[in-house]
Amino acid sequence: MSELPLSAMNEAALQAAPATKARGYWATVGRRIVRDKVSMACALVLIMIFLSAILAPWLGLEDPYKGSMIRRLRHIGTAGYPFGTDELGRDMLARLIYGGRLSLLIGILPVILAFVFGTSLGLVAGYVGGKLNTAIMRTVDVFYAFPSVLLAIAISGALGAGILNSIVALTIVFVPQITRVAESVTTGVRNMDFVEAARASGAGPFTIMRVHILGNVLGAIFVYATSLISVSMILAAGLSFLGLGTKPPEPEWGLMLNTLRTAIYVNPWVAALPGAMIFAVSICFNLLSDGLRSAMDIRN
Amino acid sequence: MLAYIARRIVYVIPIVISVALVCFLLVHITPGDPLVAVLPADASQELAAQLRAAYGFDRPLPVQFGLWLLRALHGDLGNSIATGRPVLAEVMRAVGNTVTLAIAAAIIGFTMGVLLGLIAGYFRETWIDKLATSFAIAGVSVPHYWLGMLLVIIFSVQLNWLPAVGAGPGGSSAWAWDWAHLQYLVLPAITTSVIPMGIVTRTVRALTGDILSQDFVEALRAKGLRETGVFRHVVKNAAPTALAVMGLQLGYMLGGSILIETVFSWPGSGFLLNSAIFQRDLPLLQGTILVLALFFVFLNLLVDIAQAAIDPRIKRG
Repeated sequence: MSELPLSAMNEAALQAAPATKARGYWATVGRRIVRDKVSMACALVLIMIFLSAILAPWLGLEDPYKGSMIRRLRHIGTAGYPFGTDELGRDMLARLIYGGRLSLLIGILPVILAFVFGTSLGLVAGYVGGKLNTAIMRTVDVFYAFPSVLLAIAISGALGAGILNSIVALTIVFVPQITRVAESVTTGVRNMDFVEAARASGAGPFTIMRVHILGNVLGAIFVYATSLISVSMILAAGLSFLGLGTKPPEPEWGLMLNTLRTAIYVNPWVAALPGAMIFAVSICFNLLSDGLRSAMDIRN
Repeated sequence: MLAYIARRIVYVIPIVISVALVCFLLVHITPGDPLVAVLPADASQELAAQLRAAYGFDRPLPVQFGLWLLRALHGDLGNSIATGRPVLAEVMRAVGNTVTLAIAAAIIGFTMGVLLGLIAGYFRETWIDKLATSFAIAGVSVPHYWLGMLLVIIFSVQLNWLPAVGAGPGGSSAWAWDWAHLQYLVLPAITTSVIPMGIVTRTVRALTGDILSQDFVEALRAKGLRETGVFRHVVKNAAPTALAVMGLQLGYMLGGSILIETVFSWPGSGFLLNSAIFQRDLPLLQGTILVLALFFVFLNLLVDIAQAAIDPRIKRG
């Protein structure tokens, strides 16, 4: 080691320093969130719901599509049907678990898509600034002139019913919101010294955006995006509930809630079950997002 | 102040035009012929062309938009394809019922939210705070259409205390503030109020906590001001932001009522929107969305102006 020239050692130290520091931050965040009991409980519930939805075909459940005229609307706790049966005599346990597949997909995918598009748009608007910023942000303002429920329903109502259309509609609803957050944090970072230093040492705009800015803004945008999942789950199931999303006989929580509405006078608690699933996922994501936010706020 | 208001109003004009453009384009992203609802399946080509010309669908898009905007400015949003009645009249009648629902929900939600938020902010990190905060999180996380169903199950089906659907005797246009009608409002209003309740609670809690931890509060207490006096300062400082959040929430309640109105068959704008979607009544769909979005834009404008009026700290830059 002693043969190493001093300058090379300095260089190595310089390169190593920010890397360990960055790891330190995320390791701290990780430690803090693992210590938070509420967040961990929510994570556990979500993992169980996700795993059961993914592994549904291998859990030995009843066929979620197979109905029977003679065993319609059985009560919760009936032998062989722990969660009863629905209005067409299909096993509710199987439909609730299989229902997670579509419900989680149409609830979470729009946020992921909006995260990708919104972050890109906001990053470009915030970094490039000028006319491009004005063009992007004024367009975003137009979408802010619609309450998000109205916008989602207007778009999917115009496009017509369907899973793909409801995903498109919700993505359009969330892109402006994420763009606004991404633009504001990027503008905050853009004029910092390290960006100036990177530019002075010859880095191109794409390198600066990808390496120097993205790493510093992604955390904040990510936390904001996770807080949207709860709304997205409720809206996605809501579109299906209105008849604008999934089509029967697919098991999906919002649609199940809609078709079971006619059964509230016969078997109300079975009819309410799909909503409880939406509520559970939505509240867990909300609490987890809150936990993540306070874990990332190291100053406290 | 006047200059600020003027600038804020001027800023609204491009927004209004863009909103109109989005509403106009909504119909044109629709798959299929916009005349499908009026045209009989075995209609001849000539009849289809005639109707298309009558509705103006044969002109280039920018011309159609210009004409549509011009007519809209004169209060003519076309006629509903399903009923043949003017869209604007249909929408305005339904909006009245939505406003009734939103105001009732706002009274419940804002009162609860402010109270819970103040209590939680004052007793931070105690069990009272935790209870109020969990209530707020449950409020913003609950699928409100499901909560509506639950309330119907409990109070209509099981207890038989309140009616499950509708707006009372006389239907959609005979609203009155008596018990015969009000009992129909209770469940939808409670259902609508939970989201604003949750959001206002969280906002007021954060504001109260922030204000109480500031130095001037310490100074007020040090000079011997009673807790009621300190409380007055907290309210004064929290009011502008809290009012802005409430204004926005009122807008969301007006524009986002479709799910709750569907659950309760409440004859408001959301219910109208729902039937417009499923009857493919495009002029009605377009008109309802336009009116609701414009309500939202103007409500935001009012909130901004009100906020500037009561908060001397807002520098008009």
